Amino acid sequence: MKEIELQYQPDLLHEGEVPSDIRTEELVLNMGPQHPSTHGVLRVILHTDGELVLKAVPYIGYLHRCAEKIAEKVTYRQFTPYTDRLDYLAAMNNNLGFALAVEKLGGIETPQRADYLRVIFSELNRIASHLVATGSYGLDMGAFTPFVYCFREREWILDLFESACGARLTYSYITIGGVRDDLPDGWVGRCRDFLDYFEPKISEYNDLLSFNHIFVHRTGNVGVCPPDLALAYALTGPCLRGSGVKWDLRKATPYSRYDEFDFDVPVGRGQNGTLGDCWDRYFVRIEEMTQSVRIIRQALDRLPDGPVQAKVPRMLKLPAGEIYCEVENPRGQLGFHLVSDGGTSPYRLKVRGPSFCNLSVLPVLARNCLLADISALLGSLDIVMGEVDR
Amino acid sequence: MYTFERPHVEYQGLSRVIVRGAAALAGIIAPWLRRLAWVVFLAVAAMLVVFIWVVGRFINPLLPWFIRDLVVVLGLLGFACVVAIIGIWAERKVSGRIQSRLGPMRTGAWHGWAQSLADGLKFVQKEDLIPREADEPLFRLAPYVTLVPAFCAYLALPFGVGWVFRSGDVGLLFVLAMLAVEVLGVIMAGWASNSKWSLYGAMRAACQLVSYEIPMGLSLLAAVVAVGSLNLVDIGQAQAGGWFSWLVFQNPFLFLAFFTYYIASLASCKRSPFDLPEGESELVAGFHTEYSGFRFVMFFFAEYVAMFAVSALATIIFLGGWHSPLSGLSKGTQMQFVAFGDTSPLWFVLKSTFLVWVQMWFRWTLPRIRIDQVMHACVKYLLPFTLLLFLGSSLWQLYDNQAHPAFQGFANILHYGLGCVGLLLLGLYFAGAGYGYYNRNRLVGQMARNHLPGA
Amino acid sequence: MTPSDIIAVLKQYDAGGIVSVVADLPYPHVLVKAEHLVAVAAFLKTDPQLRFDLLRCISAVDWPANNGMEVSYDLISTSFVHTFAVKVMLDRRDPQVESVSGVWPAAQWHEREAFDLMGVRFLRHPDLRRILMPEDWTGHPLRKDYQDVVEYRGLKFNP
Repeated sequence: MKEIELQYQPDLLHEGEVPSDIRTEELVLNMGPQHPSTHGVLRVILHTDGELVLKAVPYIGYLHRCAEKIAEKVTYRQFTPYTDRLDYLAAMNNNLGFALAVEKLGGIETPQRADYLRVIFSELNRIASHLVATGSYGLDMGAFTPFVYCFREREWILDLFESACGARLTYSYITIGGVRDDLPDGWVGRCRDFLDYFEPKISEYNDLLSFNHIFVHRTGNVGVCPPDLALAYALTGPCLRGSGVKWDLRKATPYSRYDEFDFDVPVGRGQNGTLGDCWDRYFVRIEEMTQSVRIIRQALDRLPDGPVQAKVPRMLKLPAGEIYCEVENPRGQLGFHLVSDGGTSPYRLKVRGPSFCNLSVLPVLARNCLLADISALLGSLDIVMGEVDR
Repeated sequence: MYTFERPHVEYQGLSRVIVRGAAALAGIIAPWLRRLAWVVFLAVAAMLVVFIWVVGRFINPLLPWFIRDLVVVLGLLGFACVVAIIGIWAERKVSGRIQSRLGPMRTGAWHGWAQSLADGLKFVQKEDLIPREADEPLFRLAPYVTLVPAFCAYLALPFGVGWVFRSGDVGLLFVLAMLAVEVLGVIMAGWASNSKWSLYGAMRAACQLVSYEIPMGLSLLAAVVAVGSLNLVDIGQAQAGGWFSWLVFQNPFLFLAFFTYYIASLASCKRSPFDLPEGESELVAGFHTEYSGFRFVMFFFAEYVAMFAVSALATIIFLGGWHSPLSGLSKGTQMQFVAFGDTSPLWFVLKSTFLVWVQMWFRWTLPRIRIDQVMHACVKYLLPFTLLLFLGSSLWQLYDNQAHPAFQGFANILHYGLGCVGLLLLGLYFAGAGYGYYNRNRLVGQMARNHLPGA
Repeated sequence: MTPSDIIAVLKQYDAGGIVSVVADLPYPHVLVKAEHLVAVAAFLKTDPQLRFDLLRCISAVDWPANNGMEVSYDLISTSFVHTFAVKVMLDRRDPQVESVSGVWPAAQWHEREAFDLMGVRFLRHPDLRRILMPEDWTGHPLRKDYQDVVEYRGLKFNP
């Protein structure tokens, strides 16, 4: 096999350096597809001068599973399980985005109970996803215990999901027209028990990790992303809000009756370093968990009765046209550009993964940071390769 | 779709016969061992005791000195191995409990006590991988250079007055020197692995370990100045009066020196929060990434052996060594406190084990410190501070005697005050532990109680 | 601002570059000529009434029936919360358009993906190379007339 010639030629950034009598060389490090802290199959080629990173070039595509090509072959209903696997940690939200896109284009109305259930499950999945983000961020920083605590809490959420739809990670529960099944008996009580149990745990994480002196020094002032840079690179979600931009699709362009709920949008304030550093992005996630608990409580209190699914034909045909529909995922804005030609499968479905855009800012943020900060950076951007590569 | 040929590797010749024979034999013996396990254990223990008594009574006076020394060294080696084995098991149980899970429970019926043995067996039968481009002689040598000095440190550690292999007048320096040789092994491992990531681990280890030797030594010197001898037995004997005679409470500089020594020793053992050289999340396994099988076990052992060694050093120098905290209280009264006697190697092991447990506690609580912050902390904070402590301790010795009665009175008050502070800290520790234990169900929560086994 | 207002402002700026206009939901957009794209993009971003500062998505759609390749740019404004889209229609045999990564740096990776999967060349892009497929892959997989590769670097794929 002949070796691949990379078209990209590495160039030394420090052209203006004065030569000293100690001969130093730039080291090209491969933070390969298999690495404990790259959160999936991401390859980053680092040019380092000692511990200082001069250049970081990410290579993606290791998890490319041709979801968009498959969408052109399967029907709309059949594509829902594929949306689960885009950002596999927030499957409910992915399902919701796709369902909304199809419903908006097809003019399908969902019943009120379905909307409330969609909100409950999306927010529970947001909590679960943020727990993974928090726990694995602690793990990257060397704090092994918060990881297990977060997963312990996540187990209860996954138990709730399992009792509602039978699956723990890829649910296909939020479908076109509503929600697949109604809740089992006692589910609402168990969910409330979980919320009562979970809320004090957030302050436990703050004591253990968020305000831990060592953690603050590892993540504060690291990977500072000013708000204009964040908007320029189309960061969304906690990455954008961590930079101080108060932008949340659930408030700006509400969908699925989110405007009926009362919640805050946490924004980074630069309280433990600079505005837009890794700590801000991380802490926005912690605060979002509190807000999600608030939303779920309101939804459970006001949960209306009624059907959970609109009547949707099995071989759904959408009218010719196109739509771009976005939802607020735990990682950012997940967008579906759906082009239909009147048939039973999409003519073109482009998925805009939030982690795809969040990751594109890595080369800019990684300049002149230390090697240990790369893990801090990747952990704070909270990427899932499933939606980077699709 | 895509097939490849896996190289067929098997033992050949005599090794094959031995391995197959051992496996067959083990298959026959194992069920019987399980049934008669306790009987066998007690029988072996009884035979061992009898053997030691017989040897000690009849054979010992006849042996030349080097056989006696060899036996002692082998005993120390065995002790160090037992320390490492129990340490590995304890680490896993401790980490499990801190993380609200149980740790090993199945290997060996009682709380997975045989986990270390199972791990050892697993590592021994692994393939011996050496990377093709690795520097083979250095690669092979590195684990030994790391492990042997850690064992050697035990040669000068006194477990009690008569319980030391060689109590030299420079015992302390010997132990520090042995612990410092480990750095060489780490650098060799990182370089010889021919992996950039291992090299990073080695370079970080090099600067971290070497830098933290200085505050470590200075803190110990502050105590040496108080006693006036580098002989570890003398330092231990100077603390023969119970809790308040321990060097850690003698003056505020020594009190702080204990903590700075402990922190510096954490860094010198590459324990969290200073475990960046083997930082799992960034460097996979740092300098020992490319090591597998028994070579890796050596690094692993070296870590636990060194942990116990630095804790033992802290115990001897600051915490009274082999003396009971209650010794001296029974002087002049009719009562004799029996709790394993006034001086006993068991006290020494108990105190060192407590310090090792605190090391594990730190590891599972705190995140990792970045290497530039580690060096920053050492050079900018710890080093000047320990210099001050050394200076303070020296001046204290100068003035704390009969020639300056006023200062001596003040020093006395501080001395006993610090002792009470120590008692308070100990009380807080046990109070916290008790609170956590009695409220363990409530603290974990209702849902956990319904789901966690044994909660 | 409603889509009609946005289109009115845009027409004031550059009526000649607009080919066609769609103002109704679900997808209000404007089709511009490929040469006018960067100017229109810069205007959309910087105009104080519009301020489309977030480039949400760049998608390329293959229309072999019309012999065209359509690239659409979805935009949203975080200050005014209005959404809009800009499209260009390119020749399918040799789709080329200038890159908007000077206006929105977010476009860099989106355009790399459009190049990789659809074959659209973006002129003056700082680093146009494949992003999802391996560097030495031939063909553009999302095209409608894409033939599946049978062998790649010695690996044979079952049909």
